[in-house]
Amino acid sequence: MPELTYREAIRETLREALNNDNRVFLMGEDIGAYGGAYGVTQGLLAEFGEQRVKDSPIAESVLVGAGIGAAMGGLRPIVELMTINFSLLASDQIVNAAAKMLFMSGGQITVPLIIRTVSGGGNQLGASHSQCLEGWYAQVPGLKVVSPSTPYDACGLLRSAVAEETPVMFVEHSLLYNFRGPVPDEYYTVPIGEADVKRVGSDVTIVAHLRMVHVALQAAEELAEEGIEAEVVDLRSLRPLDTDTINESVMKTNRAVVVEEGWKTGGFGAEVVSSIMEHSFDYLDAPVARVAGQEVPMPYNRDLEQAAIPRPGDVVAAVKSLV
Amino acid sequence: MAMTLKELAIKKPVALDLYRKMVLIRRFEEKASEMYGRAKIGGFLHLYIGEEAVAVGTIPPLEPRDYIVTHYREHGHALARGLETRRIMAELFGKATGTSKGKGGSMHLFDASKGFMGGYAIVGAMMPIATGLALASNYRDEGRICLCIFGDGAVNEGEFHESFNLAALWNLPVLFLLENNGFGMGTSVKRAHAGKEMCHLADAFGIPSEMVDGMDVLAVREAAIRAINHVRSGKGPFFLEAITYRFRGHSMADPVAYRDKEEEQEWKRRDPVVTFRRELLQSRAASEENIAKIEHSVDEEIAEAVAFADASPNPAHDEMFKDIYRE
Ligand SMILES: Cc1ncc(C[n+]2csc(CCOP(=O)(O)OP(=O)(O)O)c2C)c(N)n1
Repeated sequence: MPELTYREAIRETLREALNNDNRVFLMGEDIGAYGGAYGVTQGLLAEFGEQRVKDSPIAESVLVGAGIGAAMGGLRPIVELMTINFSLLASDQIVNAAAKMLFMSGGQITVPLIIRTVSGGGNQLGASHSQCLEGWYAQVPGLKVVSPSTPYDACGLLRSAVAEETPVMFVEHSLLYNFRGPVPDEYYTVPIGEADVKRVGSDVTIVAHLRMVHVALQAAEELAEEGIEAEVVDLRSLRPLDTDTINESVMKTNRAVVVEEGWKTGGFGAEVVSSIMEHSFDYLDAPVARVAGQEVPMPYNRDLEQAAIPRPGDVVAAVKSLV
Repeated sequence: MAMTLKELAIKKPVALDLYRKMVLIRRFEEKASEMYGRAKIGGFLHLYIGEEAVAVGTIPPLEPRDYIVTHYREHGHALARGLETRRIMAELFGKATGTSKGKGGSMHLFDASKGFMGGYAIVGAMMPIATGLALASNYRDEGRICLCIFGDGAVNEGEFHESFNLAALWNLPVLFLLENNGFGMGTSVKRAHAGKEMCHLADAFGIPSEMVDGMDVLAVREAAIRAINHVRSGKGPFFLEAITYRFRGHSMADPVAYRDKEEEQEWKRRDPVVTFRRELLQSRAASEENIAKIEHSVDEEIAEAVAFADASPNPAHDEMFKDIYRE
C-alpha cells in the first residue's frame, strides 16, 4: 500500500475533489502563491488557477462568510483558516450563520462548506497560537467536527466531508503533517461519526483524538512491556460523537482514561467521561481518569511547553493509577 | 433627479404598485405591533415604519433571480420582494405555516425560491454572506446580483470593511444598501461614527457610491436602478446610502426616550407613504378612488394574513429536531 504523509493525503484529496466537481474551490489566506502556511495546498494554484484556488485577504470573518454565501449560492467551498486560533475572528459566521442556516430557514438552505483548520501546540508559538478549540465547535448543533489522526483517516474523512450538505470543521494538527501512513489506491471513505479502535487491548481503554492518539499509542506500547494491554479508541469525529464504540470498549476493559491536548475544565474529554458514566457505569472497576493539557496559557519556553502538553508518561501514570 | 409629476402619470401602473407595496408594509407593521400587544407575537419585533420608501424603491427593480440578504428589521424587505404576506405573518406568530415553519422568527425570514436569503440578527453578519453569494454568481456566470441591506450600526463593524474590500478586490456584483436611520438602538450615528458621510467610506475601496433621500420612493428607485445597472454590468460593487428615519422605537421594548421630539416630528412630516400619496394625487397618477381601492385591498390582505396565522397550527414538538442536519 502506498504511504503518504498526512499533508500529502489531505492535498491529494483536495486535488481529487477539485478534479471531480467544478463547484469545489479552495479559499484561504496564503493558500495559493505561498502554498499554505503548512504547505498543504502547495502546487494547487498552478494546477487549477485562481478561479479554483483563491488567496484571500487576512479577514477571517469575510473569508468564512463568503464561503457560507458561496455555498448558499450552489458552490462547495473548502475554506482554510490558517489556524484554529484565528477562527475566533470568524466564530460568529461559523456559529451564528453556518451552523443555523438550515434550521433558521426552515429547511430551505443548506451550507455545504468545509472549514479546514489547524489545532494544537508543540511548536513554541506561544499562548495565542497553540490552542485546541475544536471542542468549542463540537458543542454546536448544526456543525460536524472531525479530527483525523492519520493520513488514512484524513483522506477518508475529507472525502466524506466533501459529500456533506452540512458545514464541517475539519481539524488538523500541525505536528502531524509529516506523519506517514498507508493510504490505499482504491477509493474508500471514513464515515463522519465513527470512532476507530487504533489498538486492541483488554485491560484499559484510552480515548483520544488528533495528536493525542499517537501519545496514547506510545503509552500503550510502554504499558505492554509491563503486561498491561491498552485499547486505544480514536474518536476521529467529535460531533457527532460515536458513543457506541467508546462504551463497547469500556464494557470490555472495565477501565478508561480520557486524553485530550486542550484544557481540562469544560474540555471535550468531560463529554466522553459523561458518556461512559451514563452507559458503562456498572462495568467500571475504577473511576474514569482524565489526562489533559495544563490549565495555563501556552508558555513559549520549550521545557514549559512540553510540560503543558500531555506526554506518554502522563497517560501511563494515569493508567497505572487505575489497575 | 426624481421623476417629474408628469412622468409619474405616464408610469401609472408602476407608481400604483409602489404605493401599494408601501401601504402594505405600513399596515403590516401596524398590525404586527397590535398583535405583539396581544401576545400573538413574541421576542423582538423591529418595525420598519418610516423606512418604507427604501425597500420599495430598491427591491422591485431587481430581477427575480437576484439575491437579497438583510438585517432583522426586514419585514418590509420581504413584503417588497413578494414573499407571501400570510406566511410572513405566520412566521411572526411562530406557526408551522410560516416561512421558516415557525423556527426562524421575525428576525430570520427566508424564501430561497425568491432569492430572499435571509434576515440576519447579528449586526453586520449579512455582509460577508452577500459577498459569497455574489462570488457564486460570478463563478457560475449567472449574472445575478446580490442586494445587501444593513443599518448604520453595521458600518462600524469589521465585517463592513472586510466585505467592502473583498467585493471590490474580486469585483463582485454586490449592491450594498445602507439604511441610515440615524440611530443604532438608542445611540445616534453622531455618537457612534467618527467619520462624516458614511457613503464616502466607499471611496477608500474605489467603490462608487451615492447618497439618496430615503423618504422619497421615486428618488430611491432611480438611484437604485442606476446602482443595479452598474453592478449588473460587471463593474463590481456599488454603495447606496439611503437617509431615512424609523418612526417607532428600535423594537417594541423601546420607549424612545433618547430622541429629540422635534426632530421626530420633522421627519414624520416627511412620512414617505403620505408624501407619495399626495404626489400621486397631485400628478393625477391616481384618483382618490384608486387610492381607496388599493388601501382596501391591502387591509383585506392583512386581515386574511392574520386570520391565516391565527388559524395555523403550532409546529409539532419534534419539528425542533429537524433541519439541523440535512439527512
Ligand atoms: C453583533 C451585534 N451586536 C449587537 C447587537 C444588538 N443590536 C441589535 S440591533 C442593534 C442596533 C443596530 O442599529 P443599525 O445597524 O443602525 O440598524 P437599525 O436597528 O437602526 O435598523 C444592536 C446594537 C447585535 N444584534 N449584533
